[in-house]
Amino acid sequence: MRKVSFPYMGTSYIPFKNLLEAFGNEVVVPPKPTEETISLGTKFAPEFACYPFKIVLGTYVQCLEAGANTLVSSGGVGPCRAGLYTTLQEKILKDLGYEFEMITLEPPGRHFKDLLQSIKKLINAPLTLKDYISITRFVWKQLVLLDKVERLSHKIRPLEIKKGEATRVYKKCVELIASAEKYRDLPEIERECELLYDGIQKRDSDPIKIGIVGEIYVLLEPSSNLEIEEMLGELGVYVERSMFLSQYTIYNAVLDLFHMAGERNVKKTAAPYFKEMCGGHGRESVGNAILFAKRGFDGVIQLSPFTCIPEIVAKSILPKVCKEHGIGFLTISLDEQTGKEGLRTRLEAFVDLLMAKRNQTKSFTVKPQIAKEMA
Amino acid sequence: MAHYLGVDVGSVSTNLVLIDEDENVIESIYIRTQGNPIRAVQEGMKILASRNKGAWEVKGVGATGSGRNLAGVIVGADVIKNEITAHAVASLREVPDVQTVLEIGGQDSKIIILRDGVVTDFAMNTVCAAGTGSFLDQQANRLNIPIEEFGNYALRSKNPVRIAGRCAVFAESDMVHKQQLGHRPEDIIRGLCEALVRNYLNNIAKGKEIRPRIVFQGGVAANAGMKAAFEDALGQEIYIPKHYNVMGALGAALLAKDAKVSNTSFKGFGISDINFTADSFECSGCPNHCEVVNIKMEGKVIARWGDRCNKWKVVDSTVA
Repeated sequence: MRKVSFPYMGTSYIPFKNLLEAFGNEVVVPPKPTEETISLGTKFAPEFACYPFKIVLGTYVQCLEAGANTLVSSGGVGPCRAGLYTTLQEKILKDLGYEFEMITLEPPGRHFKDLLQSIKKLINAPLTLKDYISITRFVWKQLVLLDKVERLSHKIRPLEIKKGEATRVYKKCVELIASAEKYRDLPEIERECELLYDGIQKRDSDPIKIGIVGEIYVLLEPSSNLEIEEMLGELGVYVERSMFLSQYTIYNAVLDLFHMAGERNVKKTAAPYFKEMCGGHGRESVGNAILFAKRGFDGVIQLSPFTCIPEIVAKSILPKVCKEHGIGFLTISLDEQTGKEGLRTRLEAFVDLLMAKRNQTKSFTVKPQIAKEMA
Repeated sequence: MAHYLGVDVGSVSTNLVLIDEDENVIESIYIRTQGNPIRAVQEGMKILASRNKGAWEVKGVGATGSGRNLAGVIVGADVIKNEITAHAVASLREVPDVQTVLEIGGQDSKIIILRDGVVTDFAMNTVCAAGTGSFLDQQANRLNIPIEEFGNYALRSKNPVRIAGRCAVFAESDMVHKQQLGHRPEDIIRGLCEALVRNYLNNIAKGKEIRPRIVFQGGVAANAGMKAAFEDALGQEIYIPKHYNVMGALGAALLAKDAKVSNTSFKGFGISDINFTADSFECSGCPNHCEVVNIKMEGKVIARWGDRCNKWKVVDSTVA
């Protein structure tokens, strides 16, 4: 029997586990990345590989040790090193003596046949068309719901009166969603989550708003970005991320199949500054920064793994973009540091700067669009 | 008369500044942290206590620097602020028309850009130690020249030697090689200052618009060679404020004054006699194995940090 495991990224393990189980596989749920994961990753990875590579490699070692015999990962195209990752990781792990099969899910638009063959390997139960529909419906709804409760936590954390409550509620919501067994459980859980968030005592204020752009892994996995969203929320900042897993899946799995460009709006917005795709999410970082500015955000933070080329390209363009659009900009390069103080210092100073700017321009009352979104 | 205290606990130095109601600096103290911030803060407080003739009524305390939370707990701070904001506040107070602050301390360096008295941009070094005070210190040691003399040596140079500045390892090996070729120490030192300035401008100050007035502060501003190298590279006059080496503490004191707290949490100058200790343990609650630190006052835990999940968070949440 296949014992399948996969990289850990945010809460995506919940729907992915359900999907693979419904397909008749045993699933080894990857552990949340910890210092142990990072130690394993840095031990076996090439020194110059980026942080996401090391975390994912460390996770694989932990999953294989826990008995997995199949690893599933997404592939990639374009100049970002991520496209090479699964191959390189497979080689490293096999050199270490692990026996397993690596299944790479390539983008459907360019490698449709490969993708079908890969998926076929993962289907180990007799399923009817009706089964497929109900599985997809359940897993998709779960994914969408997970993104929803996360967005709510970003929205409510800066307003909470008792520190840490939004984080506590968010964790509870994730548990509730993970406990669902079928589609019909989910509407009730959704209502319960909304009630939990409603129960948090909130102050009435117009928080500083910061948009986060950057490379997907460090954006989506909090343990790789020192829980920056939580840290900002506790400084009283409303945080919005440019990327969520459900939307990413639509762009890269569904739209790609029909050769439609996802995030067309983002790419078009970036065009005056950034015409070519440079791999990874470099162009999207620039486009999203502009979109945040147009929606009245106070600042943009770019997260990039140390040495990530696409983000280095974006980093050289973003200061100009943000200056022209009149919003603050801070770039943060992430690697295996686990000390949070350096980051906290920069974030505090950045928030101070944005506050001072707001007080100076006194224009913060006229941000109708955001006010509407927050309501 | 009301007084305000600022404490800046950095990796290399711990500074204390006392200002009066009119923001005059009454006392300023500079102590080497030497890896023991608790002792450094206590020693500073002891010096202050010995100079206190009972005339000071401390109405507010600010803490800053990388050890600000620790300092805040020990001294009883009303305001705990990051060092970037503190440095900017102090700079504005000393030089109201400042537009650029170059700050080089023991283990970090930063640039702060201000326009119309408001911080509009900043950067702090993240990548390397080449270009900070500790590196200069180490090189002075290696050449057997007292760090206080280092700057004057640089000024005597007529033919600066080119030293690689991008990385501390490159810089040091370059220096050794040039030294073995027979270059004079002053030319090497001047070359090193130029390399550090080049590295600073290309790395931290990259893409920032450096407009006058330019203020140079932090411990390294004492080095005349560095000031000269900055002036050469920027073609502009560099201003060094009077209290250049305690600007963080001064900023913290000013922030404490601005905060207008009615009841200060200041623990008094007597804290140098209280027994503060710190110990740590490894939490085994999850695979993160966080190193949790206990800060104890007379054996009682008053603060705790280091845990990622906040499960050990203590007690008196009003302090940290």
